[in-house]
Amino acid sequence: MTPLSRSDIASRLVAAGYIPDTDLTTAIQLMRMLDRPLLLEGEAGVGKTSVATALAEVHGAKLIRLQCYEGLDQAAALYEWNYQRQLLAIEAGRGRDADALADDVFSEKYLLERPLLKAIRMPSPPVLLIDEIDRADEEFEAFLLELLSDYQVTIPELGTIRATSIPLVVLTSNGTRELSDALRRRCLYHYVDYPDVDREARIILARVNSAGASLALAIARMVEAIRKEDLRKVPGVAETLDWAVALTGLGVETLGDNPEIVHETLMCLLKTREDRSRITAEVTTRLLGRVA
Amino acid sequence: MTCCGTPLTPDESDHVNRLLAERLAAFLATLRDNAFAIGLKEAQDAALLMANGFSSAPAQLRSALKHLLTSKREEWQRFDGLFDAFWLGKRVKRRSLVSSSAGPEANPAMKSLADRAASTSQAGGADQVPAVSETEAEGGATGRMEGASAIETLDRTDFRKLSDPDDIARAHAIAARLARVMRTRLTRRDEMRAKGRRLDLRGTIHANISHGGAPIDLVWRRRKTKPLRLVVLLDASASMQAYTGVFLRFIHGMLDEFREAEAFLFDTRLAHVSSAMRERDPARALDRLGLMARGAGGGTRIAESLGAFNRWHASRVIHSRTCVMIVSDGYETGDAAALGQEMAALARRCRRIVWLNPMLGWDGYEPRAAGIRAALPYVQLHAPAHTLASLADLEPYLARL
Repeated sequence: MTPLSRSDIASRLVAAGYIPDTDLTTAIQLMRMLDRPLLLEGEAGVGKTSVATALAEVHGAKLIRLQCYEGLDQAAALYEWNYQRQLLAIEAGRGRDADALADDVFSEKYLLERPLLKAIRMPSPPVLLIDEIDRADEEFEAFLLELLSDYQVTIPELGTIRATSIPLVVLTSNGTRELSDALRRRCLYHYVDYPDVDREARIILARVNSAGASLALAIARMVEAIRKEDLRKVPGVAETLDWAVALTGLGVETLGDNPEIVHETLMCLLKTREDRSRITAEVTTRLLGRVA
Repeated sequence: MTCCGTPLTPDESDHVNRLLAERLAAFLATLRDNAFAIGLKEAQDAALLMANGFSSAPAQLRSALKHLLTSKREEWQRFDGLFDAFWLGKRVKRRSLVSSSAGPEANPAMKSLADRAASTSQAGGADQVPAVSETEAEGGATGRMEGASAIETLDRTDFRKLSDPDDIARAHAIAARLARVMRTRLTRRDEMRAKGRRLDLRGTIHANISHGGAPIDLVWRRRKTKPLRLVVLLDASASMQAYTGVFLRFIHGMLDEFREAEAFLFDTRLAHVSSAMRERDPARALDRLGLMARGAGGGTRIAESLGAFNRWHASRVIHSRTCVMIVSDGYETGDAAALGQEMAALARRCRRIVWLNPMLGWDGYEPRAAGIRAALPYVQLHAPAHTLASLADLEPYLARL
């Protein structure tokens, strides 16, 4: 994988439908240069995962995703043996030489690759997305740290497997748990914030074909105003896009002319009962008045 | 490298590189002074970036170093200011390490609480010494009885009435030790409960392949439980002045090395103080709290502080096995109805709310203030906490989580 220039990265990101801020372009450039994973932190819904998808597009690489959860262990993340098939092989091989049978049973044939092993054994470097690392336990984080520094794993029955390709690693975190300093220091850090009005409007334009420039800008302004209200769940970029699709689908061209439709479609943005009741028709009208 | 269009001679180029390296080293030192954790590897990588052309464009250099040298949101947000101040000579607003809803600026003029608390905790290492033997040692020839009774009196004395600096120091030490004992006991109980055992079929089959599949070695699975988490919100307003010192030591004892705990201080605003409180040495912890503003005679906006907590911190620090401990006299200078609403929101999230109220130990006190009355319906335990004995009494309640 040859290093790309900043302008190359930026234009390829845009072609992949991701509108980057200038900082992110630098981050992607540095990942290859310094061979460090990229840690993305930010509120839910700001588009951390889509950075990884876009990165895979930029490098023309395959995306391998590991979703973390509480209790995630090495077996689910790295590799597992196919016990059922091993058992069948043992049953079928009764009477054979025990050593030969053991060698056969613990061979590649019965090895189930999980995302991490798969990522380091790909012929060309993939993008490895380790999603919501803060949900995994601390032990797993420590194990991951080891893997990310050596890029090799030891499977007792098979021996040490060295990486054939060093993946581009993206970690995301919502901050439900404090990550260890060791992991943080190993990574490049990028804080993903909600996009500003201008960038969000460009995201809408890039993703929702039917939206015009002025509508996209109005939607972005309205969403920004709603994010400033006192809400339990602040809408993310995905919600903005849903809303834009809904509005264009209903034939809305200017928000100011259709306050009822705007209010009724706010369900795309507001995902709890409390938030829904907090943004009354009057509030919608007031916000519309301010952004229009 | 070129300058003003004319190429530099190798000597000049060397000189420029050396200057840049020195500047970079000074910048890294500045960051370290600002509590950024920067190791040797980061320094090497930063030098590599400088050598790779990033030094010629300030905006790109800033962005690149920002990704490399920050590792937390709080650092991410402060970096630009520090960079501009160092490389571009712009003035930078000093910020503290603590975050709060009202803005992170701490008021260095108002640190009386921390000073006072720190000065009374100079005993140093007293935490490890059991309180009774400490008194015995001091009692010397006068014997065991006097030491024991002195402790007993101290146990039952309202923190307000402690005037002798030695007594105050001892009370602090005992509070810290008490907290530590409670903490280990709570943790142990938690583990005992985790003994629900189930057979792990997959693991058993795997372990018995060498026996031809006959289940000889059994593999067991143990239910993983979330450890109990404690979130403490301590009222540091003027009306609580006599109590905050002891409580800070108590909370420090609870938090020390105990990952599953968080602490917040509030008076007219809220501040997250867990990292400061996790400092091993209690005197240093309180010193770091010097950053925490202490409102001189200021009121208490409990509702507002709770609101800030609910909005900015609750989703991160509260899980289903969380006990929220509020330490306050409940004198709300803000809106009592709003306090009720925030308490309701908080009660929905956590397992249990414990309200420790020093006033409750006073003769003839009844929770009549509007603030505390609005809050009480959501509180599972409203307990006095004005003496060491009352702190000790809390343990069984907390353990029942």
